[in-house]
Amino acid sequence: MNNFHTSKGRPSWILWIVIIAVIVSAPTILPVFRLNLLGRYLSLAIVALGVDLIWGFTGLLSLGQGIFFALGGYCAAMYLQLNSSGDFPNGIPEFFGLYGIKKLPFFWEPFHSSLFTVVAIWLIPAAVAALLGFLVFRNRIKGVYFSILTQAALLVFFNFFNGQQKLINGTNGLKTDVTLIFGQLVGSESIQRWLFWLTALLVIAAWSFSKWVVRGRFGNVLIGIRDDEPRVRFTGYNPTLFKTIIFAIAGGLAGISGALYTVQSGIVSPQFMTVPFSIEMVIWVAVGGRGTLLGAILGAVIINYAKSLISEALPASWMFIQGGLFILVVTALPEGVLGWIQGSGPRNLLSRLGISRYSATYPKLEMNHNQERD
Amino acid sequence: MTEFLLELKGITVKFGGFKALDDLNLSLRTGELRTVIGPNGAGKTTFLDVITGKVKPIEGDVYFKGKSLLKQREHRIARLGIGRKFQSPRVFEKLSVFDNLALAVAWPKKPIPLLLESTNRAEHARIDKLMSIVNLQAKSTVLAGSLSHGQKQWLEIAMLVGQKPDLLLVDEPVAGLTDEETDLTADLLKSLAGENTVLVIDHDMDFIRRLDSTVTVLHQGHVLCEGDMETIQKEPRVIEVYLGQPEEGIS
Amino acid sequence: MELILESLFNSVAIGSVLLVAALGLAIVFGLMGVINLAHGELMMVGAYSTYVIQLIFKLPILKPFYDIYILVAIAVAFIVSGVVGILLEQTVIRRLYGSPLETLLATWGVSLILQQFVRSVPLAYATGCVVTVFISLIFGTFVPKHLFQGSKGKLIKAGALSTSAIAGVLTGGLLGSLVSKLSRASARNVDVTAPAWMRGGVDLFGMTFPKTRLLIIVITLVSVVAVSFFLNKSVWGVRIRAVTQNRDMSECLGISTENVDILTFGIGSGLAGVAGVAVSLLGSVGPNVGGNYIVGCFMVVVLGGVGNLLGTVIAAFSIGLMTDLIGAGRLLTIWPSMPQPLASTVDFFSTTSMARVMIFALIVAFLQYRPAGLFPQKGRMVES
Repeated sequence: MNNFHTSKGRPSWILWIVIIAVIVSAPTILPVFRLNLLGRYLSLAIVALGVDLIWGFTGLLSLGQGIFFALGGYCAAMYLQLNSSGDFPNGIPEFFGLYGIKKLPFFWEPFHSSLFTVVAIWLIPAAVAALLGFLVFRNRIKGVYFSILTQAALLVFFNFFNGQQKLINGTNGLKTDVTLIFGQLVGSESIQRWLFWLTALLVIAAWSFSKWVVRGRFGNVLIGIRDDEPRVRFTGYNPTLFKTIIFAIAGGLAGISGALYTVQSGIVSPQFMTVPFSIEMVIWVAVGGRGTLLGAILGAVIINYAKSLISEALPASWMFIQGGLFILVVTALPEGVLGWIQGSGPRNLLSRLGISRYSATYPKLEMNHNQERD
Repeated sequence: MTEFLLELKGITVKFGGFKALDDLNLSLRTGELRTVIGPNGAGKTTFLDVITGKVKPIEGDVYFKGKSLLKQREHRIARLGIGRKFQSPRVFEKLSVFDNLALAVAWPKKPIPLLLESTNRAEHARIDKLMSIVNLQAKSTVLAGSLSHGQKQWLEIAMLVGQKPDLLLVDEPVAGLTDEETDLTADLLKSLAGENTVLVIDHDMDFIRRLDSTVTVLHQGHVLCEGDMETIQKEPRVIEVYLGQPEEGIS
Repeated sequence: MELILESLFNSVAIGSVLLVAALGLAIVFGLMGVINLAHGELMMVGAYSTYVIQLIFKLPILKPFYDIYILVAIAVAFIVSGVVGILLEQTVIRRLYGSPLETLLATWGVSLILQQFVRSVPLAYATGCVVTVFISLIFGTFVPKHLFQGSKGKLIKAGALSTSAIAGVLTGGLLGSLVSKLSRASARNVDVTAPAWMRGGVDLFGMTFPKTRLLIIVITLVSVVAVSFFLNKSVWGVRIRAVTQNRDMSECLGISTENVDILTFGIGSGLAGVAGVAVSLLGSVGPNVGGNYIVGCFMVVVLGGVGNLLGTVIAAFSIGLMTDLIGAGRLLTIWPSMPQPLASTVDFFSTTSMARVMIFALIVAFLQYRPAGLFPQKGRMVES
């Protein structure tokens, strides 16, 4: 049932060609500023995919994804800072000088290696998520308790990063746009273009990966946990394990997302771990359609684009619109836009208008993968 | 050491000050079909909760195949071979009938194999067989949530059997079923006994008569008496607490 | 001795702010299962009410009574936040009973709207809005229902609504013209100044206790006693507890569960308003004032366990105590000869923000042993 948003056959080929064409040509169509915004919002789509996996499929509403997002961003930024700090005194990033630090803190050391960094960007957030998740899930803390605890954890991480000037430059964060990669400034136009393509590629990869995760029985166990956890347990599955794994996966996705967002926005700071930002991630998924994966991507990109357009035009109104969106989507459109389209929404509308073209068959029947067996 | 598959010894469970189970003793032989009855509040569901690890007793012990279950968590107990059907049918409503059964049949029930491997041929065959037992072949791809009440009950029983348990705990399988469905369920459970050990909890006297098994009567948290339906019905203590007190009944 | 006394006083002071802020949240969560993320914004409403009342008492006619404005503010803040809360319950939360995660998201949306509301709407008109809602609520509750039915019903309804609307506009206009500070919208923080008798401190045992802190402790004490008296002794308290335990049964017994919901939520929100008064005495008041407290409040509720007032009280004061012990580095003062590695760790956590890190770690550790908090609910119903 999880692959109902892709139709098999020729139309999807055409769709893919269009998507690839758009991605490849985007840098020539869009002005640099807009391209950069689109790249950032695409990277946010990756964290939204993670939110969909844990909330849409497994029913765990995390309000702390910002932790893992920021951790990924910090990993990328630490590498870039080290990569371009050769000219500074002591060969360490400039900001250390402000606090009189002469020796690099120990945990910075491994970030000299690009290989380590590429792994750390997703592995560290995933490991932190796994640990945090295990401690919470083990005790069957779920529902709103889980949400509250993740929010508290978020605040704790925020406080920690905000207060540690001497270790990671505290509230100022780490800049990346003036650092070097492959001998060029990260903030330069050509690097940013490559980063856009990299982001688009990783969105597709993350989406395929997420689809693969929820495709078979593993995904069905997650849905089972969401709908009736005790039943899953009495069927012989250990929900704690499944929840920990999916929470770690979502954490890893958040880390990748945060790293991509950081290099495209030019800075990582504790602001990535504010309470509102993490809740916003949930609303992207809610509006797009939880449990649809594609909805998470569309929701993240469209809402953020709308946010930047509306904030430019009417700065005060965005908070009202966003607040209204939260209320509207849970009261009137719990399935989200994509869920509404795939579900009974448009058909109800059509039949209300007297032009129903559908008979009352089961919508997902013909798309179920289990039917394709011998 | 023992010929019993399941043994409960002196189980006591307390909720606050209330003793839901009070020194309960019960033994089940391998292959047996057993029915447990008792008035409301006799502790029938709590008794299942203890076996499946949902509730921990303050006294006593539960042995399954000679091993204590008290230290085990629910999913471990399920993997040891105890399957449970809940009072109201609990199936995964957002999954198809096939997917529901695929979850029950899957082995090992560990995340990584489930992620990497899809349902294999042998499992497909078993699922098909299970669906034919409970007459749901035609509904294979239908979401379980849209089945009728009786079909959900059967799907849940099929899931139970799919887990290949040695012991099936079945809580009120015929609540809300039509007479015809009740009879079919009774035949199904009887056919399962022998190969499996089955413990049924119910109120429906016709159904229990049809099961034709040893009956255990629970009252106020302990076993009042045990025997076949005939004996039980003649037992004055049972008549007093359960089977009907005409003079005080609904009049 | 002095050290311990000072530490104790600080802990109680921190704890009582947490407690009064968490009290409403604990009631709404414990009794209705509703997570209200707009609780902080209801506190903000209470804090702004205090500010408005203070300005009103600076008007020439009320000047002689300026000293007692804070007491009036407590009552007004309770009512204003309660009214806003009831409006919230009636419009949004009512539709979402039984789905706590959705409620959580919707109330977050409400909190965003409330924050932006105080930024973009002049306080005078905001007051007008509250008056309108308040009066129409009164019409809805106290005017007999049958008057709204029949041929004249619509007319009466329209009359009631327009009366409240006019009252609101008049209040807003009047307030705006009398107090110029209230007639412009501002996103900047405002300050509530305590009346003269509340400034300074009280000298006891050779130490000075700030009077504002003492007042907050008193407010908290009174709130807790009033709430527990109300829940345990009054008729409505019994009804509220009945609905919490078995909603359907209560309905069968003739309890209007709808009224119980309104009352419970109204009281919870009103208490947030009272907390807002307390908070306004501690620092400046701005749109974000509630957000600073909300996570702390949730920690109190999680630690204390659901549906138990005593748990909430103990949790609040233990978090207060821990904040003081860790955050102020008091462990080092109490035990100066601490071994070196331990001492540097304690020193590392001895700021307010790092203390939060430590306390969260301690709470998560505690939950490993008592997942349901200090006083968990018992029985068969809990799991399902």
